[in-house]
Amino acid sequence: MQRNSNKPLVVKIEKVIEETPTVRTLVFSDEVFANVLPGQFAMVWIPGVNELPMSVMITLEKGKGGFTVRKHGVASTSLYNLKVGDYIGMRGPYGNSFTIKQGKLLLVGGGTGLVPLMRLLIFLKKTDEVTVLIGAKTKEEVFFEKLANQLLEHNKHQVIVVTEDGTYGKSGLVTDEMEKLFSEKKFDAVYTCGPEKMMHKVVQLAHAKKFHVQASLERMMKCGIGICGSCCVGEVLVCKDGTVFDGDYLLSNKEFGYTHRNKAGILENY
Amino acid sequence: MKPDISTKVGPIELERPTMLASGILGISLEVFARLYKGGAGALVTKSLSKEPWDGYPNPTIIGVKYGYLNAVGLSNPGAPYFAKMIASNTTVPIIVSLVGSVEEDFTFMIKQFENVKILGYELNLSCPHVEKVGLEVGDDPNLVRKIVKSVKSHSKVPVIAKVGLGSSDYLETVRAACESGIDAITAINTVRAMGIDVETTRPLLSHKIGGLSGSAIKPIAVRCVYEISSKFDIPIIGCGGVSDWEDAVEFILAGATAVQIGSAIGEKWIGVFSEINDGISKYMEKKGFSKINEMIGIAKKF
Repeated sequence: MQRNSNKPLVVKIEKVIEETPTVRTLVFSDEVFANVLPGQFAMVWIPGVNELPMSVMITLEKGKGGFTVRKHGVASTSLYNLKVGDYIGMRGPYGNSFTIKQGKLLLVGGGTGLVPLMRLLIFLKKTDEVTVLIGAKTKEEVFFEKLANQLLEHNKHQVIVVTEDGTYGKSGLVTDEMEKLFSEKKFDAVYTCGPEKMMHKVVQLAHAKKFHVQASLERMMKCGIGICGSCCVGEVLVCKDGTVFDGDYLLSNKEFGYTHRNKAGILENY
Repeated sequence: MKPDISTKVGPIELERPTMLASGILGISLEVFARLYKGGAGALVTKSLSKEPWDGYPNPTIIGVKYGYLNAVGLSNPGAPYFAKMIASNTTVPIIVSLVGSVEEDFTFMIKQFENVKILGYELNLSCPHVEKVGLEVGDDPNLVRKIVKSVKSHSKVPVIAKVGLGSSDYLETVRAACESGIDAITAINTVRAMGIDVETTRPLLSHKIGGLSGSAIKPIAVRCVYEISSKFDIPIIGCGGVSDWEDAVEFILAGATAVQIGSAIGEKWIGVFSEINDGISKYMEKKGFSKINEMIGIAKKF
């Protein structure tokens, strides 16, 4: 029988990976969700609590996917606290994906925004020269550095970690490091996902250099399928037109980088 | 000659007979403009309340066979905010949906839109999953009478009542609205419904009970349009499970002067409006109709 992608598919959590003191990855088995495209998302049901839009994390095991969650609000903390054997539901996969280019590629991610970028790495060619910039507040919040190196072991690559407090890797903002790279090197494509202010800066800088740049956006979502309108950014819907948008477009959108909508639909500043 | 698909819902003139149903999309004016460009004849806003409402926690919308269950909980930014947001609009045909419990709620909201260009109001007398508003108002014909009279006396633009299937006879709600001077009726809203996940044994929606929309309810909605059209002399907007041109034509033959589209946007996205408009036009050409009003309610003659 064909699956109804709009009804939650309920699975058990098989493994919980501690990424940092505040971030965990919950692993489950499902062929469809394990193999989504980079940028696509699932509406993840935490039974009895809420439902959240989440990027699907890759795993190194066939047929398994994951959700990498930082404990933050009630819903994300409830998801974070789930144990092996607990149920979660998934609707989707929804949304578009990054356009995969070849050549010299730069990926810029912050926090759980790294999830679609890690998935993007498995779609790249061995001939690509890949730079991954990972931003974090502090040393203990750095994750996926080892994984990125592992996924790129056959590529010419570098993984650069930048911490805001300088406790690990380079010190400062990930976008400062990006500016330094841009002064030395040209890129065929730049991909970013993370806090919107960061993405805004990434898109502005890459656009100024005329590099192809795409960002995967996040917004409050209810339906995930283009019905409720909660995730609109100007005239586009993140769930249906995104989550990935071209930098050219984003810079013409007056909400990107500045405002998002709350549950009632009222614009709030970032 | 190409058939003319413009239509009139009482005093409201529409270039095209396909409208965006309330509750769907439409938090930003830019999205309304995009839908209008995409073929929608008019855009009905989310139901607005006096104050902003967050709505219910997720899950709020779930797919079922042949439709969707939803209990969004009427999340909306509130009438004052919304009125400011669309104040600059001059081109997009917007119908403002209002939800409230008593006359004063509605008159307060109408005041907010006094200087905003809108086509009309649609009173939500039929949302099936929020207490003290929507269907709970629609189920009380005396309250409907009071609200419609009050809104009509304060509004400078036409007023539509959206009715649904509640615990009292919906035709009595229609009667109350008609006798109080309503300009048109939208029928129907979602139908009270629920779903349960068998793995976790839990209700699927956070609110447990919500409303069913989509193809599953279309034959019910067609029946209601047919009944209202048979009993009352009032323009009707058909709503409930319109997903292709044939559905739209069916509603028109039952007595609707226009249709509203909601759930189908989930599958067909914004192209659904032009697809249905084109289909209606081709049907008219094939059948020799030159205007929409030649088709309205002709199934009643049998």
